[in-house]
Amino acid sequence: MKSSTCRRFVLALIALLAMAALSACQREPQPEWRLTDVSGHLPDLDFKLTDDNGKRVTGADYKGKVVLMYFGYTHCPDVCPLTLTQLHVVLDRLGAPADKVRILFVSVDPKRDTPAVMHDYVNAFDKRAVGLVGSDGDVEALAKRYRSAFTREPDRADGNYEVSHSSAIYLFDAEGKARLLATPSASQDDIVHDLHLLTSLETRP
Amino acid sequence: MRYRSLAAALFLLAGTAGISHAADTTGVQVTGGWLRVLPGSLPAGGYVTFDNTTDRALTIVGAESPDYAEAMIHRSSTEGGMGRMEMMDSVALPPKGKLTFAPGGYHVMLMQAKHPVKPGEKVTVAFKLSDGGTIPATLIARPANASGPTD
Repeated sequence: MKSSTCRRFVLALIALLAMAALSACQREPQPEWRLTDVSGHLPDLDFKLTDDNGKRVTGADYKGKVVLMYFGYTHCPDVCPLTLTQLHVVLDRLGAPADKVRILFVSVDPKRDTPAVMHDYVNAFDKRAVGLVGSDGDVEALAKRYRSAFTREPDRADGNYEVSHSSAIYLFDAEGKARLLATPSASQDDIVHDLHLLTSLETRP
Repeated sequence: MRYRSLAAALFLLAGTAGISHAADTTGVQVTGGWLRVLPGSLPAGGYVTFDNTTDRALTIVGAESPDYAEAMIHRSSTEGGMGRMEMMDSVALPPKGKLTFAPGGYHVMLMQAKHPVKPGEKVTVAFKLSDGGTIPATLIARPANASGPTD
C-alpha cells in the first residue's frame, strides 16, 4: 500500500515533468517569418573588408547585432538609394530595437568607392549604416559566398559606368547566422515584423 | 541661387517661345517633381509625373538642365534579382495618358552639378520631345533618404 502510493506519486511527478518539458518545447521560439527563410542554406556572416572609417573589419565585429547586408555602389542614383531609404524608414519604424541592427552596405565598385566616399554616402541615409569596401578579390569572395553577383557594364562615352548587381538584402541574426532574404520590393511591414522577431531572439552567451 | 533658378526658368521660357512652332507643350501637366541629392559629386536621380492632356502621342527623347552638365533618361529594374540600369532613347507619353518617373523605374539621371544643390532648392529640367518641343519641369531637391517630394 505504502509502496503503491509512492509509485503513484512518482508516476504523477514524471507526468508533470513530461508536461512541463512538452510545454517548454512549445514555448521554444518558432518565429513565423514573413520574409524568405534561408536558415541553414547560406553560410554565417564572414568577411575581411575595410569600413567607412578606414578600419579593417571582419564579420565577427558585428556579433551581437542583427545585420542587414546589401550590395551596391555609390554612383547608383536610383535603386541603391531607394533600398537604403527603405531600410532607414524600416529602422525608424522599428524604434528602440533598431539600436541592435546594422546595415552593411558592401560596395561592388571598389575602384570609385573609397572609405571616405562611402562614409558620406551611408551616413546620408542612416546612422546605423556602415559602408564596406575591399579589393576586387575580397568583394568577389564575399559575393560568391552569398551567391550574389555583380557585373561592371561597359564604359559610357564620358568614362562613367554602371554596375549591375544582385538586389537582395541578407538578414543575419546577432550570432551571425544567415536567417532571411528580402527583395527591394519587400513590404516595409514585413521587414519591420521580422526585425522585431530577429532582435528579440535570445543570443547564446 | 534663387536668381539663378529664375534666370534658368526665363531662359527655358525663352527657349520654348523660340520654338513655338514645334509642339505646344501646354497640354502636359507636370507634378510631384523632386530629385534625390547624394553627397559629393555623385549623380542624382530625378522624378516627376507627366500628364498628357492632349490627344497627341508624345515621345520624350532626352533631358537637359541648366544646373547639371549632363542629364540622361534611365530606367532601373530589379528583374531576376539583378539591379540594373539602362539608358532610354525614348519614352512614350501616350495621348490622354500619364507617365510617372519614380524610384526603381524611370528617372532622369542628373550628373555633374554646376553648383552645390542643397535640399529645399529647386532645379529646372527640360524634357526634350521627339517633335522638337520641350516640357519644362521644376524639381525640388530632397535629402538622400527622402521617399518623395514631401515626406
